[in-house]
Amino acid sequence: MFLSELQKGECGKIIKINTDSVLKARFSSFGIRRGSIAYIIEQTMSKNTIEIRIQNTKIAIRISEAKTIEVEKSECKI
Amino acid sequence: MQNISKKKLIKIALVGQPNVGKSMLVNSISNSRLKVGNFSGVTVEKTQIEFEYKDYLFKITDLPGSYALNEYTIEEKVTKNYLEDANYDIILNVLDSTNLERNLYLTSELLALDKKMVLALNMTDEATNEGISIDEAQLSKIIGKPCVKTSAKNKTGINDLIETLIIKFESAKFESKLIFSDVIEEEIINITKLLTDKRYKSDVNYREIAIKLLKEDKKTFLKFHDEPIWIELQPQLSDAFDHIYLHFGTKNLEDIFEDEKFAFAKGAVTETVKSRKETEEKTVTEKIDSLLIHKFFGLPIFLFLMWGLFQITFELGNIPMDIIDAFFATLIDSTKEILGDNEISSVIADGAIAGVGAVILFLPNIVILFFGIALLETTGYMSRVAFLLDGFFHKFGLHGKSFIPLVTGFGCSVPAYMAARTLKNDRDRLLTLFIIGFMSCGARLPIYVLFTGAFFGGDNAGNILFLIYIGGALLGLVAAKVLKMTVFKSEDEPFVMEMPKYRMPSTKLIWHTVSNQAWMYLKKAGTYILAASVLIWFASNYPKHLDYEEQIDRKIEVATSEEEKFELKSELALYNLENSYLGKVGKFSEPLFAPLGFDWKMTIALETGLAAKEIVVSTLGILYGLGDELDETSEGLIEKIRNNIPFASAIAFIVFVMIYLPCLAASMVFAREAGGWKYLAYLFVFTTTTAWVLSFIAYNVTIFLIT
Repeated sequence: MFLSELQKGECGKIIKINTDSVLKARFSSFGIRRGSIAYIIEQTMSKNTIEIRIQNTKIAIRISEAKTIEVEKSECKI
Repeated sequence: MQNISKKKLIKIALVGQPNVGKSMLVNSISNSRLKVGNFSGVTVEKTQIEFEYKDYLFKITDLPGSYALNEYTIEEKVTKNYLEDANYDIILNVLDSTNLERNLYLTSELLALDKKMVLALNMTDEATNEGISIDEAQLSKIIGKPCVKTSAKNKTGINDLIETLIIKFESAKFESKLIFSDVIEEEIINITKLLTDKRYKSDVNYREIAIKLLKEDKKTFLKFHDEPIWIELQPQLSDAFDHIYLHFGTKNLEDIFEDEKFAFAKGAVTETVKSRKETEEKTVTEKIDSLLIHKFFGLPIFLFLMWGLFQITFELGNIPMDIIDAFFATLIDSTKEILGDNEISSVIADGAIAGVGAVILFLPNIVILFFGIALLETTGYMSRVAFLLDGFFHKFGLHGKSFIPLVTGFGCSVPAYMAARTLKNDRDRLLTLFIIGFMSCGARLPIYVLFTGAFFGGDNAGNILFLIYIGGALLGLVAAKVLKMTVFKSEDEPFVMEMPKYRMPSTKLIWHTVSNQAWMYLKKAGTYILAASVLIWFASNYPKHLDYEEQIDRKIEVATSEEEKFELKSELALYNLENSYLGKVGKFSEPLFAPLGFDWKMTIALETGLAAKEIVVSTLGILYGLGDELDETSEGLIEKIRNNIPFASAIAFIVFVMIYLPCLAASMVFAREAGGWKYLAYLFVFTTTTAWVLSFIAYNVTIFLIT
């Protein structure tokens, strides 16, 4: 499943990122990378954008970008 | 007196990820003993600060915040290029202690540059509050660079940091070591061993060569390909790659080395950071966020805040406006009195002072607006707005962050163009710059008031006015969509943005930002306006027609009634204007606007409006046979407009004014912000064509409807 499919309050462990190396590098500088756990903080009303938290960083990301991130649902530790 | 040349110069490059308190640290370091100079580049600025300490002269270059050393945004490009090519002694890497792991990612990239480096672990106060403790001595050992705990807010650790920089400067540089995971380290050792055994001759050290080979660096491979050692190196490398692939489960070396940077950051953090078990309790930021970015309340709250900001901008900003206005009026009068009634006094008073005064008039609004925007930015709220609006804006090909400059555009385009700098991506910024003009600025209001007053009843006028503003904004969104699909055709810019923690802004930083912006506005717009005002004055006053003037003067002398004299004066003014350079241009370009139902007078009014929209009203006033001193409230002008301009032409005129270039000052700022004069040419063509076509449609539809 993809990061875009998670609901508010759910967590997912990132297993794969299917995008070009430029965006991948950008992702990883934010901590969005294989093995990280993303927590969905909020979605906008139109579900176009989501806010996630990875470690101590909060990141806003568009659904179209979230669709490139493969995750598996996981327990939220926090 | 101390001689600066005797002091040792230490050049420092200040680097850090965004929101780590870099600017605040610079403020604290150079507190009260600084010379701050802004050396603005084309689009982004790097700041240079100089100060003296003991026997040293520090020169700090504050580079734009970067998450990593790639070229994702213009700012990161500036930082990367500077770090790679510029001449400096030490890198000062600032890190956020509360988010060390992510910050160390950048550090790992900086280590690869192999320069002297000092790490400032900033925001220690916040870290302590959050129960995070960092063993900086251990961290120094792991990274091989000195680490100093600082808090820019409480001004702690600042002197330590300066002393450490001096020690680093005076000591010899030793090789930066970026340690990789065991697997890669093992292969590095294998390769260096082979190179040592073969006594391979090289200027670069063996470890570096080994790393480059493992990273599949083409140049290195090319070099080795022609060497005898290649025979032995090749199988070794082949084994090494197999080993690494097996271990990492992928054959993508880019990914592998990316993982390595993380492993490094993670390893360093696990060994040095202890954090008290996170409590269930929500942090302050989370509490605020649960309201501000709420699915339903988020947008209304934002709209209310914006409404408030604009109320304050225009209500509060209008108070000193009258004083400034009166000041310049008296200045113009007294200048004329002192210099007498001649050309020089006219060019100074009517040209320069009047023009520059019109710009300074808006300074209070601009200061308030920038204060509000600085507040939104430094608290971290702006990213939330971008988050809320990105979905809606994305439909029109705009980025969430485009919102602030667009809203600012309702006030004045000049600060709006400047506010577009918050957009990181070039194309998104250009697109936003192109449509800012669609947001009708305050200076167009007099024209709308004049025309709606003349052609629509009192009750209706207000609604029409509102319609004009909303219509302009909607047109802007449509224009954005069209531009995005044609000119700025590009893949959608990804929207990935950090949402920083909410922080109380420092008054010093806000003051610095606001005063800086205000000064730039005065200086840059002021110089441009000065030149433009003189030019417009010249074009509307020359060439002189002395014979005709004498002829009229004689008539005035013999005229009996005041009315007759006034008529004659108006006639002279009209003749002069009609035959000035400006008038000739108007006559010449009249055919271009004939299909829109404009006569040459309306044409001139539009053309002078290129300098400033306020001029349109007074030009129309002069041309339609009234004296000077006109404003939109004078009953006579409204009457004249109603009698002289057909309804359909008036509608077309309003539409044209809504869309074409805002004013000269704004155009200059646009060219600077967009990064070239050619963009101004594009903007001119784009807005004028759109204005022409839409006014043509409006003209014909109106004619069709009323007949």
